[in-house]
Amino acid sequence: MTPLAGYLLVAALVFAIGLAGALTRRNAILVLIGIELMLNAANLNLVAFWRYSPHPEALTGMMFAVFSIAVAAAEAAVGLGLVIALYRHARTADLDEINRMKG
Amino acid sequence: MQEVQEAIQFSPYAVASWIGRILWLIPALPMVAAGIIALLKQPKRKLASSLAIGSLFLSLLLSLAAFADVLAGWASGHAVRETVNFAWLTFGATPVELGWILDPLAAVMLVMVTFVGLLIFIYSTGYMAHDENYTRFFCFLSLFAGAMLGVVIANSLLLLFMCWELVGLTSYLLIGFWYQKPSAAAAAKKAFLTTRVGDIFFLLGIVWLFAQTGTLLFYSQGAGNMEPTALAGMLASPAALGLSAATAIGLLIFAGAAGKSGQLPLHVWLPDAMEGPTPVSALIHAATMVAAGVYLIARVYPLMAAGVQPGGTTTALTVVTWVGACTAVFAALIAVAQNDIKRILAYSTVSQLGYMMAGLGLGGVAVGMFHLITHAFFKALLFMGAGSVIHGCHEEQDIRHMGGLSKTMRVTFLAYLAGMLALTGFPLVFSGFWSKDAILESAHQWKAGQGPYFLLVFGALLTAFYMTRQMGYVFSGNYRGHGDAHESPRVMTMPLVILAFFAIALGGLGTPLWPWFRSFLLDRPASFGLTGFHEPGLLVLMLTSTAVVAIGYGIGWALYVGKSPAASEPDALESKIGPVWTALSHRLYVDELYGVTVIAFYYWWAGVADWLDRRVWGGMVGAVTWFFGLWAKFNRFLDETFVNGGFDKGCEELSIGGGLLARVQSGRVQTYLRLLALAVVVLAAILIWSSRG
Repeated sequence: MTPLAGYLLVAALVFAIGLAGALTRRNAILVLIGIELMLNAANLNLVAFWRYSPHPEALTGMMFAVFSIAVAAAEAAVGLGLVIALYRHARTADLDEINRMKG
Repeated sequence: MQEVQEAIQFSPYAVASWIGRILWLIPALPMVAAGIIALLKQPKRKLASSLAIGSLFLSLLLSLAAFADVLAGWASGHAVRETVNFAWLTFGATPVELGWILDPLAAVMLVMVTFVGLLIFIYSTGYMAHDENYTRFFCFLSLFAGAMLGVVIANSLLLLFMCWELVGLTSYLLIGFWYQKPSAAAAAKKAFLTTRVGDIFFLLGIVWLFAQTGTLLFYSQGAGNMEPTALAGMLASPAALGLSAATAIGLLIFAGAAGKSGQLPLHVWLPDAMEGPTPVSALIHAATMVAAGVYLIARVYPLMAAGVQPGGTTTALTVVTWVGACTAVFAALIAVAQNDIKRILAYSTVSQLGYMMAGLGLGGVAVGMFHLITHAFFKALLFMGAGSVIHGCHEEQDIRHMGGLSKTMRVTFLAYLAGMLALTGFPLVFSGFWSKDAILESAHQWKAGQGPYFLLVFGALLTAFYMTRQMGYVFSGNYRGHGDAHESPRVMTMPLVILAFFAIALGGLGTPLWPWFRSFLLDRPASFGLTGFHEPGLLVLMLTSTAVVAIGYGIGWALYVGKSPAASEPDALESKIGPVWTALSHRLYVDELYGVTVIAFYYWWAGVADWLDRRVWGGMVGAVTWFFGLWAKFNRFLDETFVNGGFDKGCEELSIGGGLLARVQSGRVQTYLRLLALAVVVLAAILIWSSRG
């Protein structure tokens, strides 16, 4: 069986990729995709820790992951809705252009 | 007014009758009328004069009822002295009481004031017909009548003093009625201030009297200050210079009376008061107000005569006599050289008031009051006649610009002649003869010297002379004025005729044949008969005064009647007595004397006070102000430098901090995200680092 560290490494890699994407991309949709990647990295961690926990027969980690995915789905829907509303309003999805909230 | 305490007090003689109880209505009616007129609009002229005349007419009816009441009591042998007293204020346990009185003295005055007043009110409707301030005039006139009647019925020295001052106020208002004329405004002020000098002494006398007797009521069932108990107390208590308190108080009150009645040396205001409208001169400055001083002395006569021996006199009465006699001659002398028709009459009034005072001092209440009453009628007649003349000559007052008016102003001339003969004392027929003779007779019998007698006889000569001079200038010869003289309207001449009748008829009340007036005032039965003529020297005296008056007429006739001198010509007498005439025509320089003494001192003192005010008191105030100004400057420095500075610095720092924070809010989502990531990394680093240690 693959040791826990392997899963964690993969999750960390996915998180790093997601973070880099969210921080560097200018397109709002790509930033959303980055965020989704980070969420999934976290889910991977949850499941991995559960599988290697002292009581794997209790489905705790699985439950966490399922909830997290459900929340993420909702979040993605809201996020995409926002992006569309934003696009309609500003005729662009470039986040650098949309800076009207500055202090 | 506090609760009426023991509303009606009974005199020892008589129960207060219905008229005694409502006596207060007599002064109240004209006062109420004055109040209503004051609220009327200027155009309601008819209503204003009707109110004034109507209220005074009602007062006259009430006065007649009061007179009849007194008369009935007198005829039935019970002297009437009804008083109604009530507490007005209470200081601690001491009540200040007011009240009114009905006795022969008050009754006679009431009838005289209301009757003469009514005639003058009626005359005024004609005289003031074209004046734009007609309603104001009647308001003041009504107020005056009310106040004067208040003086007459007052049984309390305090109430008398209040009305006395009200009378002074209305006199001021009416002298200055044509206040647009600077001379009228100045005359009003002069009258007010001069009488005020006397009033100060009067007030001192009142206060002293109150301190001595504890009451200001004249009569109050034996407790009043004119009743024997109080008088004996005042006689026993010594004042300064060997005078008793009674004498000193009497002299102080006399000073007030002298101010109001134009006695020496306070007579200067009365001739100037002629600046007022002529009805005012007739009513206030001839018939009633100036007589108030005489009336006051008659009212406090028991005080003036306190301690008198039969046939003797008192210090107070001696002073009254001498002041009166000197005033009589002094004013008559000045009247000789005046050219203003009203001014001659004014000095004549001063002179006659001197006679009244001398009459009071020499012969008592009845003698002085009889002359007061007759004088009120014939002097009101003369003034109103003068008003008619002035009216007819187009507001000309200089007698040198008149002349020949006996032809054009028939009624006025005859009435004026009656007044003139009464004033000068034409024998037997006219009232002035009898009233003046009574004074001369008492002067002749006076035990303390013959000085007043000779002065008064000389005064009678001068009176006859200056009145003949005036008549000669005004009514004889040719008319020398502008335009055509014309007779006045009937509303003005009718009162003249009525007064002329009384100027003659009133004498019948006081002849030695039937001394009714004297008996009435002194509460004796009047006897009709020739016994009055049996007094020693009376017939000689009558002949003397007749001769003196005839000499006066004769000189006047020879010099003035029928001459029609031009206005620029010197007076007929001027060429004969030269410098004396100049002095007389300058009113013996009394005004000038006051100018260089009293008024100069007053100005000097005002200058001193001004200097003190500016330099001393002003300096102190200035120093305090300067100190506080300095202190305020110091406070401002503290405020601006420290308090404001501190706040400003704090605010600046806050503003810089805010600016820095605002720069973090770039509005770029990824910047925020980057900060978030950084924070997570830092958090993770701390967690790892702390779990290791």
